[in-house]
Amino acid sequence: MVRMLPNIIRNLFSKPVTVKHPFVKREPFPGHRGMITFDMKKCDLCQDCERLCPPVAIKVDPEAKTITYDPFKCIYCYLCVTNCLQRAIRGGPAYTPPAYQKEIVYYKPEE
Amino acid sequence: MSKGAATRKYTVFPFGPQHPVLPEPIQLRFTVDEEKIVDVGVNVGYIHRGVERACELNDYQRNVYLCERVCGICNVMHALCYCMALEKLVDVEVPERAQYLRVIWAELNRLESHLLWLGLLADAMGFESLFMQFWRDREIVMDLQERTGGNRVIPSTCVVGGVRRDILKSLAERFREDMVELRRRVDKLAPVILKDPAFKRRTVGKGVLSYNDALMLGAVGPTGRGSGLVKDIRLEGYQAYKHLKFEPVVEKDGDVYARTLVRFYEVYQAIDLILEALESMPEGEIRVKPEKWPEGEAVARVEQPRGELFYYVKGNGTNRLERVKIRTPTLANIPPLLAMLPGYEVADIPVIVLSIDPCIACTERITQVKKGGGS
Ligand code: SF4
Ligand code: SF4
Repeated sequence: MVRMLPNIIRNLFSKPVTVKHPFVKREPFPGHRGMITFDMKKCDLCQDCERLCPPVAIKVDPEAKTITYDPFKCIYCYLCVTNCLQRAIRGGPAYTPPAYQKEIVYYKPEE
Repeated sequence: MSKGAATRKYTVFPFGPQHPVLPEPIQLRFTVDEEKIVDVGVNVGYIHRGVERACELNDYQRNVYLCERVCGICNVMHALCYCMALEKLVDVEVPERAQYLRVIWAELNRLESHLLWLGLLADAMGFESLFMQFWRDREIVMDLQERTGGNRVIPSTCVVGGVRRDILKSLAERFREDMVELRRRVDKLAPVILKDPAFKRRTVGKGVLSYNDALMLGAVGPTGRGSGLVKDIRLEGYQAYKHLKFEPVVEKDGDVYARTLVRFYEVYQAIDLILEALESMPEGEIRVKPEKWPEGEAVARVEQPRGELFYYVKGNGTNRLERVKIRTPTLANIPPLLAMLPGYEVADIPVIVLSIDPCIACTERITQVKKGGGS
């Protein structure tokens, strides 16, 4: 009991270790591999990203000029981000938000 | 009890595949005499995922991401072992700095796994506060993985030919501080593991595996080292381990407590190895591009937190592999587990089963299907 006393007193006044989640957001660290977005102005629909992606989360349709990306299949390996020659895929330290539909379709704007 | 053994009635009951103390599906069939375990049988194959087959369908560079996902906890080890096997096939020499970085991430994995296991052991014997404290301290390791690798659980840093990320000077400084802090926190928990009478009553003398049994049944990793077997693949000096100084942790008693001590001291060992690797890491390249397709056969072995991990790969000169064979340490540790259970009480089952650190999902490479249904 005597040995436990300092611990008990310290625990009474110290802050909890856990984060109060919905009110306090835990920010990812700078090097974190997070959410991916496509810049369709730069993309030339070369399909490199589709060939590289390990879980096949990207589908490029050169006919319809669209990219279909499934953030829930994506494993955030960033192979596509580092290998896109046009630098059209951007990623950064941000968590992927919840969504209603699984696939996100990007359209290439007309010139 | 004056009944003879011939007339004695035994009870047989299944333990698992779904059970509160088992995080993963393995079925153990116990034959018990009142509270005493007489015999035990095993049944695995509930979550066969077909990883080996999937490895033959992907191109070999992308297999790294698949192999990493064989086990979430020791993911770097799986990627490392796969890359080591393939580097033999495509003849690339990994740059020195990349070897050190791989060792750092691998030891970070070991820290993560052992702290997780120490927590789970405390949980299995109902010691909730110790469980919480180990998992709180494990957060330091998880945060470091996210900081250096880019992802909290699976950093995906190994590739065939090197690593994808470097640890810069400023980050290395932070790394060092965190490791010192982690050591300070583990020091605080040490008296519980080393002295606490309640902890010892649940572990000392339970699930004894003798040196000869460990040798005969092929125990690997902390399970073998807890029985006095000096068997650590890191001693072979793969990657940067040949430049680092360390002694394998070996305990003689062979009981659950000995295995706990091995893992507990390996936490310190991993911290020391990381600090030493950070100190002596040379400058230079971190990645070389392989120039040819894999051809021929190769094997690689790596010391995982649970024991020896084994990869066999066979290439045929195209970008797909012909065969990949994975053997995880839990498969090797199941026969020793069956040998250590008989003779103990039913209440000891959770602690003894957990003492080999079972990771069943990684183990499943076969499913037996009996004629007429059932497995
Ligand atoms: S995003 Fe990049 S890699 Fe993918 S199709 Fe467009 S240009 Fe090619
Ligand atoms: S990050 Fe990896 S998994 Fe995600 S879309 Fe890019 S290549 Fe595919």
